[in-house]
This record gives sequence, structure tokens and C-alpha cells, in this order.
Amino acid sequence: MISLTINGTARRFDGPLSVAELLERLELTGKRIALERNGEIVPRGSFQEQRLADGDKLEVVVAVGGG
Amino acid sequence: MDQLIIAGKPYSSRLLVGTGKYKDFAQTRAAVEASGAQIVTVAIRRTNIGQNPNEPNLLDALPPSRYTILPNTAGCYTAQDAVRTLRLARELLDGHALVKLEVLGDPRTLYPNVVETLSAAETLVKEGFQVMVYTSDDPIIAKRLEEIGCVAVMPLASLIGSGMGILNPYNLQIIIENAKLPVLVDAGVGTASDAAIAMELGCDGVLMNTAIAAAKDPVRMASAMRKAVEAGREAYLAGRMAKKLYSASPSSPTSGAIAPIQNKVA
Repeated sequence: MISLTINGTARRFDGPLSVAELLERLELTGKRIALERNGEIVPRGSFQEQRLADGDKLEVVVAVGGG
Repeated sequence: MDQLIIAGKPYSSRLLVGTGKYKDFAQTRAAVEASGAQIVTVAIRRTNIGQNPNEPNLLDALPPSRYTILPNTAGCYTAQDAVRTLRLARELLDGHALVKLEVLGDPRTLYPNVVETLSAAETLVKEGFQVMVYTSDDPIIAKRLEEIGCVAVMPLASLIGSGMGILNPYNLQIIIENAKLPVLVDAGVGTASDAAIAMELGCDGVLMNTAIAAAKDPVRMASAMRKAVEAGREAYLAGRMAKKLYSASPSSPTSGAIAPIQNKVA
């Protein structure tokens, strides 16, 4: 099991898992999102290869209304 | 044709609009359409995890194929957070580099923190972003942001969401005089005349959100704003008459009037 903080909330997952696999578990596959892992952008192209590690802090964002 | 050029790209609309504070996406889309805006700002926020996976997304209502989506850094109080936000935004929008930078100083007035703004602008320009930067109406800061390499400078008319209109047209005029970049008024526009005044001063464009979204009839106000920006721009290009305290120059001929009858007192 690995512990990840996603958008400020700690969650545990059966590891190891890639970013792509995580997004699938979060029902975010195919959605227009961007992801930052421990302060660094994870490009969409590397979602399949990037393996998440215990303790990773993730920000997953979308575009919303704003001025 | 009189076009707004930002980072080398031409736009026929000089009105840019935000997408916040609307009732729903349908109203957002209707207002944006009525405004004629081609550039619309969006905010970047955490997605809701584990909630409705079929929730519609703003970019479904305002597709990037049809609009130039301008991500902002609303809610950022440090240069670092603004830079992180725009890196995420660029990834979200498939490498699109045109962004709106705003770094705020305090959550009550939402006044920009120009020190952090300068720092963020330097970093972003180095990383290849095309930065449209929200700032105060300080002419020295505006010029400094231009020198750093921003693609547009966007001084406030008054505080974000205040609807107070242009509080300091003189500072704005100085900024416009000194700028080689497009100058767009951003923040504080309240009604159509505010937008027209900005354009009459020589601004290249106007960015607004609350003025439309918080109107009683947002779609109608969006339409009014479209006309106001066009009218103000045309008046500016037409070259207004001079203002004088008095002119002694009536519009009708001074000679040839019928003789006035002098009334005799009985």
C-alpha cells in the first residue's frame, strides 16, 4: 500500500501504480486535467510510465470559471 | 482593419471577458457570445475527486478550438504559486503559452502585489510564456513589466469586482503614452460607459468579468459592453474635439439672426 496526498487529502492505494492507473481509479481518465507531483508538472505523455511513490503529493487541476 | 494584436496574433474583438460568477455554463456561454469576446479567462483549480465523474467541464461550453482560453493566477499571493499555476495551465491547454498573470496582495481589496508580480513575470517570460500581466496603475511598474518581456500590460481601473470604473484616468494616460505594448484595462469596470472611457483614453482593450456577470441581465450587459468598446475605440480613432472651459464658438451662424425686439416699459 502506498499513501498519496491528492489535492490535500491523504489516500491509500494498492501500489505500485502509474499516474495513468491512479487517474483511472479516480475516474479521471480522458478528462482534461493537469497534474503536479511534488511540485513538478507531470506531462500527459508520461502518465503511463511515471510510477507514483509512497508519500507523493499530487495536485490535479482543471479549468473553471474565473476573471 | 483595426485589430488588437497580442503576441503577434490579431483579434477583431477588443473586449476580453472572464467566465466567473455566472449562474451556470449556459449563461456563461450566452454572455460570452453576446460580448463578441474571442479571449476568455479561466481559473485553474483542484478537480473534485470522487464526485460526479460526468460533471460537465467549462471547456466543453467554451472549447479551446473556438476561443482563446487565457488561464489566470487568481488566488495566488506569491510569485512561486503563480508560476506553478501557469505551468499547470500550459500543460492543461496543450502547450498554449498565452497567460494572464495576477499576484494579489491581500484577499480583502484584491489589490495586486506588484513586487511578486515583477518576480513572477521574470520567471514566466524566461520559461517562454506570453504574459498578459495584471498590475496597478503605477506607470513605472507598467514600464518595468514591459521591459521584462510581457506581451501586454493590464492596469486596473479600480479594485477587482468593485464596479467603480476608472478612478485614475491620468495614470492610465501616462501608461498608454509610455507603452510600446498593448495596454488593456483589467478590473473595476462597472458599466458600459466605463469601458467606453477606457477605449477613448487610448486603451487597446478592456478585460472584465463582474461587470457582466453581476449585472441584472448579464447577456444584455455583455451586448452593451461589446458596443461600448467598439464605440469608445471608434471615438478614439476619430479624434475627439478639444475640451475648453468655454469656446464662444456656437455651432450656428452668428450673423443673419432676426433683430431682437426691445420691449418698451409703459
